Amino acid sequence: MSKKIYERPILRKVVEGIPNKFGSLKRLRPVETIDNVAINDIIDEYGSPVFIISEKTIRETYKTAYCAFSTRYPKVQFAWSYKTNYLDAVCRIFHQEGSWAEVVSGFEYEKALDNNVSGSKIIFNGPDKSDADLTRAINNKSLIHIDHFDELYTIIEILPKLKERPQVAIRVNMDTGIIPQWDRFGFNYENGEAWNAINRILTDGGIDLIGLHIHIGTYITMSKAYSIAIEKLAALANKTFDRFQKSISYIDVGGGFASQNTLQGAYMPATDTTPSFDDYAHAITTAMTSVNFPNNETPTLILETGRALIDEAGWLAGSVLANKRLADGRRAMVIDSGINLLFTAFWYDYEIFPVQETSFQSEPTTIYGPLCMNIDVVRNNIDFPLLNKGDRFVIKRVGAYTMTQWMQFITYRPNVVLIDLNGKVHVIRKEENKEVFRIQELVPKHLQNK
Amino acid sequence: MSKLNSLAISDNGFIFKPSTGESFTTNELGLFIIQFLKENKSGEEIINAIMQDFDVDNVTAGRDMYEFLDFLKKENMID
Repeated sequence: MSKKIYERPILRKVVEGIPNKFGSLKRLRPVETIDNVAINDIIDEYGSPVFIISEKTIRETYKTAYCAFSTRYPKVQFAWSYKTNYLDAVCRIFHQEGSWAEVVSGFEYEKALDNNVSGSKIIFNGPDKSDADLTRAINNKSLIHIDHFDELYTIIEILPKLKERPQVAIRVNMDTGIIPQWDRFGFNYENGEAWNAINRILTDGGIDLIGLHIHIGTYITMSKAYSIAIEKLAALANKTFDRFQKSISYIDVGGGFASQNTLQGAYMPATDTTPSFDDYAHAITTAMTSVNFPNNETPTLILETGRALIDEAGWLAGSVLANKRLADGRRAMVIDSGINLLFTAFWYDYEIFPVQETSFQSEPTTIYGPLCMNIDVVRNNIDFPLLNKGDRFVIKRVGAYTMTQWMQFITYRPNVVLIDLNGKVHVIRKEENKEVFRIQELVPKHLQNK
Repeated sequence: MSKLNSLAISDNGFIFKPSTGESFTTNELGLFIIQFLKENKSGEEIINAIMQDFDVDNVTAGRDMYEFLDFLKKENMID
C-alpha cells in the first residue's frame, strides 16, 4: 500500500477578530506550468532560482496596449523603456512588434544600437548624457529629450562640431494632481521654466524643437492625471506656435502605467484597482483629441510604457531552503530568491504560489530570501501552504525592474530563460559564475601570494 | 485525567480547550500524534508510526514531531 503524502503537523489558535472582507484564504492552487511548459522541468534543467519570461505574454500584452491606443488615435508610437528590462531578447521582441527604444544612459543607448534600432527611432531621456553621448545621439538623428538647462547649454556648446541638427524635445514637469509631484526631471510648467527653455532653444536657431515630453510619475492609478498633463502641454504648444510659428510634431506622455502587482499597504488588490490599457487610452486620447493643437495638426502620440507591458510576462521560480520558527512562534520560510533578485519586493506584495499540489492547510508565514541580511524579506506574514525544504515555488509578475535592478550581492545572479511561441525554452542570460567577477578584479602585485 | 484527555477534539482537527475556552485547529498528522500521545507512546514509537504511514524520512519526522510537541507545551496541552 502506498504511503500518505507527508505534511508536517501544525497547531493554529483560532483567533477572533474583525471579519476580513476577503474571508479566509482559499486553498492556494499551484502554478505548475507557464505557457504549457512545466516549471519543474525548467528548474531541473536551468537550476534554482531561475527567471522565466513568456514571449507569448509580452506580445499579447503589447498588442492589447497598442490596440487600445491606435483604435482611438491616428498616430501612436510606443518606445520600449530599456531600464524596465534591457535583456536583448526582450528588447528585440518589443522592437519586432514595432516599438522604438527609450533609453536613459549611454549604456542603454549602445544596447539599443546593438539591437539594430536605427538612431532616429531612439529616444534619449534622462539627466545623465555626457558630451560624447549627446554628440553620438545627435549625429544618429536620435530624439534628445532635454532634462535641464546644463544639458541644453551643452548642446548649444557642441553645435559647431555636430554633423546633424539636434532633434530635441523638452521634458516638462507639472502639477497634475499626482503626489508626490515629480519635479526633479525636466523643466517646470507652472513657474515658467519650460517656456524659458523653449525660448532659449528656438531663439538659438541651430536646434529643432520637435516634441514635448512629460512623465508624471510611476505606478499611476489615476488616468485623469494624463489628461490634465496633455491640456497643459497643448497650451505650451500653442504658445510656441504663436510666438515662433513652430509646430510640435509629437507629444510623449512617458510611461508610469501601473501593473497588476499590489503595492504594499494597498487595501485592495491591484487586480481590482489598476486601470486597464483601455482606461489609460481613453483618458489620454480623449484629451489629445479634445485640445486644439496649432494649425489643427495632430501630433504623434508617443508612449514609453515599461512596467505595464512586461511585468506580467516575468516569473521567478525557485526552491525552499528551510522552515523555521521566529521567537514569537510565527513560521518563517527561507527561499533561494531574495531581494538581491527582487529589489522590487520592497514595495510590492508579490503573489507567490507553490509549484506542486498542497493541502488546504496554511499558516501565517514570513518568507525570507537567502541573504544574511535582516531586511531580506520577500513577503511578510502571509497565509501560505506548508511547503517543505526542497519544494518549489513561483513568484508572479516579476518582469519589470527585477532583471535591471537586481544586485550581485552575496551570490550569483541566475539564468534567465525565455519560453518562445512554440513552447521552446531558451537561455537569454546565462547564470553568473566566479569567472564573471574574477575578470573584473585586479590584485596588486604585493598581494599576489602564492 | 491527563491534559490531553481534557481536550475536546473532533475528527477533522478542531480542538476545544474547556479550561480556557480557547479553540485550535490541527491537521491530519497533528491528530495522528495527539492520538499516540494519549496512548502514552514514546517519541521513538510515534516517529516509527509516522514513518510507517507517511512518506517521510526519520530526520524530518522527528524534527517536525518535536516542534509540534513544543507547540502543545506552549499551549499547556501537555507537560
